[in-house]
Amino acid sequence: MSAGERAAPVATQFFTPGMLVLIAIMVGGVGWGLWRMIFSLASVTNLNDQYPMGLWIGVDVATGVALAAGGFTTSALVYIFQREHFHAVVRPALLTAMLGYTFVAIGLLFDLGRWYNIWHPTMPWMWQGNSVLFEVGMCVMLYLTVLYIEFVPIVCERFMGRVRLPGVLARFNDGVDIALRLADHVLGKVMFVFVIAGVVLSCLHQSSLGTLMVIAPYKLHPLYWSPLLPMLFLTSAIAVGFPVVIMESMISGRAFDRRSEMHILTPLATMAPYLLGAYIAVRFGDMLYRGSYVFLFEGSAASIVFWIEFGLLTIVPFFLFMSSDVRRSPGGLFTAALMYIVGVLLNRCAVIFIAYRPPYAEKAYVPAIGEFALTIGLIATIVFAYRLLVTLFPVLSTREYERNEP
Amino acid sequence: MTGDRRSFLRSMAGVGALTVLGGEEAGAAGSDIAADQLGVLVNCTVCVGCRVCEEACNAANEDLPRRPAGAFNDTSVFDHKRRMDSSTYTVVNLHHDPADPGTSTYAKIQCMHCLYPACVSACIVGALSREPDGPVVYDAAKCIGCRYCMAACPFQVPAYEYDNTLTPEVRKCTFCFEARLSKGEMPACVQSCPMQVMTFGRRTELLRLARKKMRKHPDRYVSHIYGETEVGGTSWMYLSGMSFEKIGLPKFGYHPVPGYTEPIQHALFKWFLPPLALCGSLGGVAWLMNSRKKRINAKSGEGKNDERG
Repeated sequence: MSAGERAAPVATQFFTPGMLVLIAIMVGGVGWGLWRMIFSLASVTNLNDQYPMGLWIGVDVATGVALAAGGFTTSALVYIFQREHFHAVVRPALLTAMLGYTFVAIGLLFDLGRWYNIWHPTMPWMWQGNSVLFEVGMCVMLYLTVLYIEFVPIVCERFMGRVRLPGVLARFNDGVDIALRLADHVLGKVMFVFVIAGVVLSCLHQSSLGTLMVIAPYKLHPLYWSPLLPMLFLTSAIAVGFPVVIMESMISGRAFDRRSEMHILTPLATMAPYLLGAYIAVRFGDMLYRGSYVFLFEGSAASIVFWIEFGLLTIVPFFLFMSSDVRRSPGGLFTAALMYIVGVLLNRCAVIFIAYRPPYAEKAYVPAIGEFALTIGLIATIVFAYRLLVTLFPVLSTREYERNEP
Repeated sequence: MTGDRRSFLRSMAGVGALTVLGGEEAGAAGSDIAADQLGVLVNCTVCVGCRVCEEACNAANEDLPRRPAGAFNDTSVFDHKRRMDSSTYTVVNLHHDPADPGTSTYAKIQCMHCLYPACVSACIVGALSREPDGPVVYDAAKCIGCRYCMAACPFQVPAYEYDNTLTPEVRKCTFCFEARLSKGEMPACVQSCPMQVMTFGRRTELLRLARKKMRKHPDRYVSHIYGETEVGGTSWMYLSGMSFEKIGLPKFGYHPVPGYTEPIQHALFKWFLPPLALCGSLGGVAWLMNSRKKRINAKSGEGKNDERG
């Protein structure tokens, strides 16, 4: 970490009126989640034999994984492409990814019919190498482990030299301190291995998440089904990484009354047009090659959501990011980032259930209130955990404050 | 539909390229197909809609909920189209020809027991598997309940026990594999049918029989055996006097659906080369960038850089 730029725990009043609203939303989510666990999927969701995957897979899992891409894109930027200038955003992006993936796993537990069998894919006698989902599951599990390992040095930094265990445990203070120093030292030497592993695992499962629905060519609308879905998922996830980091930095700046990080965010945004442009080019090329543009004006749910998520929420932010005026204006930058983030959310939901057309659909799938409540509750819990962890651990950079000191 | 078909033909070129990369026979991986594998030929033209097969299916599969006596004599069920669900492995529907209201056909549906089953390819833990003889069977003990099999099945066959809290199962026709086939008996529905709508036997012989029937009575059948080539072929096949789309059997290409995903997966993990190559190139970039930075720093004499945060 370069001079004058240190991460430190945020000193702030933890419980604010906004936090109470957040906790109310979390309690609501927990209630619906418990209801599902006690009274079955049918009692909470509108899932049925025609629509086996719904809001929870579309948002909690597919969108959750995509929006956590900020973790591997920033660590690649700083540690592999050695752009030190962006150091301050690595830790918040890592925390977001760690929480994001943790809640992908928690969200999945509510959707799995036999959630207590979630460990089955790790057992060699149940490995199924032809299954796309098997690869996604294994990569997500390994990557989650890598993310936790990458977070360990932050924990070490917080407690090294100030281990104060309560009561009788105090006798272990020295031992724990030695363990922390050892972990910090060893991880410092080998961290590049985990950084590279994290990037590779991310590329693998971000793309394979797209391959998932390639197996349903007759069900997914032609505007969405493509053998290039893995490529589209990977490029769109890489493109959404920096916008997520930008939005998160601006929100946490507002929430904790910190100075803005525009001096980092504006240069970060200059890369967005290239990454978004690559995704848009692949998607246009695929559409032209397969001739799927003939469905653009048919007025179906799939074609409408295509116009919204690709036309309005991908191409428009692409042009916004191109403008240097937008990149320098906090409001403009926030708008562009938020637009594309919602675009990715809609894109993943389209691939999982909006553009999914079962041959014998009896009625359309509309997520139930309980499905929305649990999803929103999980998102609120991520925000809560983020706030808690940045007050406990040195995650957010305090560069501006130090610079102001004499 | 023409747009769909054209786009599929084009996209197959893309999959073909990946197939070459992966060096795999598209869709062949994981499927062990016996040359003399079993099948059933359903001749819809002789079905009278008596629902005896539905009753026999319920009786043969003891884990299905029992139905009250006479439940299967009710013909009012033909007023609307039914699908299988978690307590029903097969249903008979009545299809009227919209172009010719006088013409109608009954058609029994159940799991098609694909030669290249999408559900088997999709299953994350191998809870669904294909017997070399044809039956596609389910092992609830392995299942994690992700329902990806249901999303993958082009025929929309597997159903789920959404109302079961602790031990929900994926439910679909078993081809009576354990209950009857393993004891040398034919499936319950086939045996029960008073009209002999279904013929059970070796798939190759059934195809020969179907062609013979079509040659003998070209006026009675549309000139296509449904299931011979659809999505790579199915163990259950159909003859009909009405077009198959009108009796609820969708128009599919010959390409097995797992043939779209498996070549991508296998190319991506061929001897783990692509992931390792990515590791190597990322390491190379990091090394290059680092040495460049050191050179610049040495020139400007700024001193050393920190390695990490």
